[in-house]
Amino acid sequence: MINGIWLGLIVIGFGVAALQGRLDAGTVSFLTESRRAVDLTLALGGTIAVWFGVSRVAQEARILDSVGRRLAPLLRFVFPDLARDHPALTAIALNLAANIFGLGNAATPFGLQAMKELQATNRQPRTATPAMITFLALNSAVLTLVPSGAIALRAATGSSDPAQIVEAVVLTTGLSMAVVLAADRVFRRLAPRDRQP
Amino acid sequence: MSFSSWLIPTLVCTVLLVAHARGVPVFEVFIQGAEEGLRLAAHLLPYILAIYVALGVFRSSGALGLLTRWLGPALAPLRVPAEILPIILVRPIASGAATSIIAHVLETHGPDSFLGRVASVLQGSSDTTLYVLTLYFGSVGVRRTRYALPLCLIGDCTGFFGAVLITRLLFPR
Repeated sequence: MINGIWLGLIVIGFGVAALQGRLDAGTVSFLTESRRAVDLTLALGGTIAVWFGVSRVAQEARILDSVGRRLAPLLRFVFPDLARDHPALTAIALNLAANIFGLGNAATPFGLQAMKELQATNRQPRTATPAMITFLALNSAVLTLVPSGAIALRAATGSSDPAQIVEAVVLTTGLSMAVVLAADRVFRRLAPRDRQP
Repeated sequence: MSFSSWLIPTLVCTVLLVAHARGVPVFEVFIQGAEEGLRLAAHLLPYILAIYVALGVFRSSGALGLLTRWLGPALAPLRVPAEILPIILVRPIASGAATSIIAHVLETHGPDSFLGRVASVLQGSSDTTLYVLTLYFGSVGVRRTRYALPLCLIGDCTGFFGAVLITRLLFPR
């Protein structure tokens, strides 16, 4: 799909340019936009590097583990069908903690580990369990307190106050999380129980 | 002084002080992380390049203007600016491409404009949902995903409309 979109942008762009007699403008952008892309990457690279530096210090100090431990008891309400000591809960808590603090790169390994632990107690290994679905939905709609990527992009493009969108992100992600958790309850009740093969 | 002005300074100082107290050599570890970050930026450059070139042609040819003029009235009842549409379409599937589109909006309209703020909030509150769904289920061999896709799409839609609405509320023009 991304291939189609990219191709479409270029071909339709040049097509419209030809119709409007602006082919030269199209050619100029095609050849010079790269300069802007490199400039942006340099500015962004600096901000990303600083953030990665701080987040590596946080990882090394095991700060995420402390947050994850505190989050785990809350998860029992969200995953009622998992045993209290299910090994997936720790991985889920660490994944969510990483997402909440904008450490997206640290979140994925925990997420994959959580899926593996959930699959270990799945009696129908080719079918998703309710807990897996809740986890995936929560993973992409969890409350975000530190939108590090957005702040970095704003800093790189010259914002006078890069962090000013934090409150809006907190409210938006809080709303999505609430809606997803409520919808999950409804789906759980409506979904037909799978018969054991 | 707002919550957001305190956020980064507090976070950075807490992390560094706790790490120092726990015996982490903060300077050396920061350098390691920064090197990893620079490598990520280098990895991101081809994506930004590809999207900037394509969007540049699409924009300078007047095609983007035509699209916004056609789609504007259709999107107006939903109060979604047409410039935001490409972000909404690409974000669930391709992280690098979506980041590049958002960067393009921020550079073109300014990060502190209304469109720039909406794009920033979208960047902070949305995820590559469909990519994550494929990756996570694929990693354990689950084929039947049941209601996972509709549930994730509900979350995405809430995020997209929520971002536009909440930005409008918090930053009245």
